[in-house]
Amino acid sequence: MAKAYTPGLKVTASARYQARRVLPISGEVLVRRGDIVEARTSVARTFLEGDATPMKVANMLGCNPKELPSLMLVAIGSAVREGDTIARSKGIFGMMKTEVKCTSSGVIESVSDTTGMVIVRGAQIPVEVRAYIDGIVAEVLAGEGVVVENTVALVQGIFGIGGETAGILRCVCSSPVEPLEESHITSVHQGAIVVGGARASAAAIRKARAVGAVAIISGGIDDQDLRDFLGYDLGVAITGSEKTGLTVIVTEGFGDIAMATRTFELLRSHEGHCASVNGATQIRAGVMRPEVVVPLSAKPALSTTTSEAIVGSATAGYLEIGTFVRVIRDPYFGLLGSVAALPEQPAVLDSGSKARVLEVKLEDGRVVTVPRANVELIES
Amino acid sequence: MSQQPSHVSDPSRIKVIVATDCGSTTTKAILIEEIDGVYRQTFRGEAPTTVEEPFADVTMGVVNSVTELQELSGRRLIADDGTIIRRSSPAQSDGADIYISTSSAGGGLQMMVAGVVRQMTAESAKRAALGAGAIVMDTIASNDSRRPHEQIQRIRELRPDMILLSGGTDGGDSKKVVELAELIAPAKPRPRFGNEYEMPLIYAGNKEAAPLVAKVFDGRGFDLSIVPNLRPTLEYENLGPARDRIHDVFLEHVMAHAPGYDKLMTWADAPIMPTPGAVGDILQTIAKGRGINAVGVDIGGATTDVFSVFDGTFNRTVSANLGMSYSISNVCAEATMPMVLRWVHLAGMDERELRNRVKNKMIRPTTIPQSLEALVFEQAVAREALRLAYVQHKEFATTLKGVQQQRTVGDAFSQQESGKSVVDSMRLDLLVASGGVLSHAPRMEQTAMMLIDSFEPEGFTELAKDSIFMMPHLGVLASVHPKAAMEVFERDCLILLGTCIAAKGASKAGKPCFSYRIEGSGIRETGSLSGGELKLLPLPGGAVAEATVTPERGFDLGAGPGKPITRTVRGGTVGIILDARGRSLRLPEDRDQCRRAMESWVHTLRLYA
Repeated sequence: MAKAYTPGLKVTASARYQARRVLPISGEVLVRRGDIVEARTSVARTFLEGDATPMKVANMLGCNPKELPSLMLVAIGSAVREGDTIARSKGIFGMMKTEVKCTSSGVIESVSDTTGMVIVRGAQIPVEVRAYIDGIVAEVLAGEGVVVENTVALVQGIFGIGGETAGILRCVCSSPVEPLEESHITSVHQGAIVVGGARASAAAIRKARAVGAVAIISGGIDDQDLRDFLGYDLGVAITGSEKTGLTVIVTEGFGDIAMATRTFELLRSHEGHCASVNGATQIRAGVMRPEVVVPLSAKPALSTTTSEAIVGSATAGYLEIGTFVRVIRDPYFGLLGSVAALPEQPAVLDSGSKARVLEVKLEDGRVVTVPRANVELIES
Repeated sequence: MSQQPSHVSDPSRIKVIVATDCGSTTTKAILIEEIDGVYRQTFRGEAPTTVEEPFADVTMGVVNSVTELQELSGRRLIADDGTIIRRSSPAQSDGADIYISTSSAGGGLQMMVAGVVRQMTAESAKRAALGAGAIVMDTIASNDSRRPHEQIQRIRELRPDMILLSGGTDGGDSKKVVELAELIAPAKPRPRFGNEYEMPLIYAGNKEAAPLVAKVFDGRGFDLSIVPNLRPTLEYENLGPARDRIHDVFLEHVMAHAPGYDKLMTWADAPIMPTPGAVGDILQTIAKGRGINAVGVDIGGATTDVFSVFDGTFNRTVSANLGMSYSISNVCAEATMPMVLRWVHLAGMDERELRNRVKNKMIRPTTIPQSLEALVFEQAVAREALRLAYVQHKEFATTLKGVQQQRTVGDAFSQQESGKSVVDSMRLDLLVASGGVLSHAPRMEQTAMMLIDSFEPEGFTELAKDSIFMMPHLGVLASVHPKAAMEVFERDCLILLGTCIAAKGASKAGKPCFSYRIEGSGIRETGSLSGGELKLLPLPGGAVAEATVTPERGFDLGAGPGKPITRTVRGGTVGIILDARGRSLRLPEDRDQCRRAMESWVHTLRLYA
């Protein structure tokens, strides 16, 4: 039977999920293997070196850099506070001395007799890593972090903005084709993950932020609305660090597009459940898609067998006759169907290009031909 | 480190060559064989690159792509132990004589550069890094308008593969470059791959400041190497030693820490080169060999690389966020949608809908245009990406800035100054295209017009495209066997599209621009063009003809305004394109007028026939 390898997004009711939670540099792990943790539990901690503040002290004193070490009032390694006098010139006959006050608090790290520069190192910056999902600590990575594990329902979106957060899932649309509007969102959604159907309007996104919802999930979004929300036009799809106060996850794409029924029904089946979401998206090397993770067990056990597949960050599979797919480019963008045929020979497209194609039987009964590159799998 | 086996030292023994380019997504293998005394590229294979999880071993993708070569060629290339077979004598039917490779997998080589003065040493440092095939993440300079603590913060955020520090002329001021070192040292940037090894830092500044710089970095987590100053005097740029050291560090540190590269390096018979560095090398070899000025462009999903060689001076720029998929949205943002749409001849495109389509391409980068409308729009975006990348290139590829010049009163009026772009469209002889949107355009005419519209060549310019993107392979081959590289480049790599003859000057619709007479190889054409017109004269590949063109007053085709010029022109898959639209190219501002103009050009060139 004809087969073709093609990418797809994960939408699954139950899978073993591992969250690798590591510090940016070595530090201390705060939990042990087998500990039950919640999404907001701190699992590891470290301290980054503080900010370095350079001060051109020789210039400020009006002296030769070579003289600076002898004019310093504090030694290298000494703690200083903002406003402390750290250097003083000799003045003229002991009079009219110039003093330099420190511009930041910290420790004197270096004094250069070449440039006359003094570096003040600020206080260490604490960095904590949280568990991200409710689960069990499956592995401790000594000095680095942990792996948290649970059985979860998982939905990968196609695009998102904003970072990790957690809240209660609240489905506010009655069907996947119903657009998410401002009127769907009220003050009861404070702290919630609001799940819509089709395109989320700009007003709905603003309202969600205003009432204090932590995230919003919808089938589509309009590019103009995203620009208005962010305040700038997103040039490349590397997201996750936006400080918008709301994580936004789009499951299908840009424009008026309904959420896939399967995705909608899965999320709706977890109405009222606690979930973790992450809007971070990276389309280049090391593809990362936004995700909604709904832990299924409050007291998970450590997995003892390897029979349960561990979910990775990306998925892919084979196209076969009958496989459910979504068309991901115009002129049939967003339409769902099943593979009807996989012709071996390349075909000439309307654009004049030659490409390998497949035939898709759409939900409305039409059979259309599209390039194989323009479909993605919908996991059944 | 890779070795130099006897095969490499004796090029006459090299008859069969396997070359791979390990790209971010695909590893491309080619087989080159000597046939009847001439080197030809005979087979090509490709497979997904396997640098990332779950494979995390680049050699798997290499073996898969070479296995495809093996299947297509019938020559056994992969041994039972999974390595590439090297044959011991020409009589042996299996294996290759040498194996070579380039790599841009895992994001390629990423560098931070620093120099004292932004327009001088910092720019020279950037040129050295780009020329070596790096992506420059940021350029720190004493006068880059950021305050010192902001510079430190920026350096902390970056995770480069290595740092290049320059500053000061030899014997000049030491203080400023040491000051820069004192900003970098406390920032302690972490290398991209792993935390366990020290950050490589190459110092290529004032040689008298080298001991002071070494003192600053001593014991602070840097692996410092000192090379000769890349700007020993204001009037002289010496990039070679810094570039060579970048290549060495790339192999010793970056490659050695990327998954599977330790093994790949032992396989390769010549040092693995960063892909763009190899492309630059082959373009320089060709320009030198033919004594021409050349520009090459490679437009990818995320970036657009532009390479130029003018009068032997090589420059390369990477426009980091001008690409056709991952960064297509940025192209539209930078160029603006009206500028993109001026290249569209179809009516009724809805801007809101197009913006959503652009974003959908960004988030699903592997899709291809199915409808004609989608193709036309994508090629319109490509024109703007190429145009912007070329503008950036021309601004960067300049004569040295800060050079003192003795000037007379007459010079003051000629506006000649240091920092003038070395890229001269009138003296450009060859323009080479590569990258998906150019290489995979359904019709060669589309590729030719995308090049002409965005690069605006003047006078006589040959247009070509890299058939299957083998310039990287040939670049590294040129380092061990220049003759083989040159022969394959001429015979198999380039597909000549034809020659563009374009008049420089401000054209007006309907006003005479130039007349032409083209004779030879069965073609005999005479006529004239008015402002705003294009004409296509078929002249097949391999054919040459004599072209005499006489511009009207105010127009220049290479001999000066109003002066006739005769040149030999080469044909190609498209032919001779006569362009009387003027330079610089100005399209009508009114949308309908512009669309009608595009419609007539599309019709003349049979772009979408």
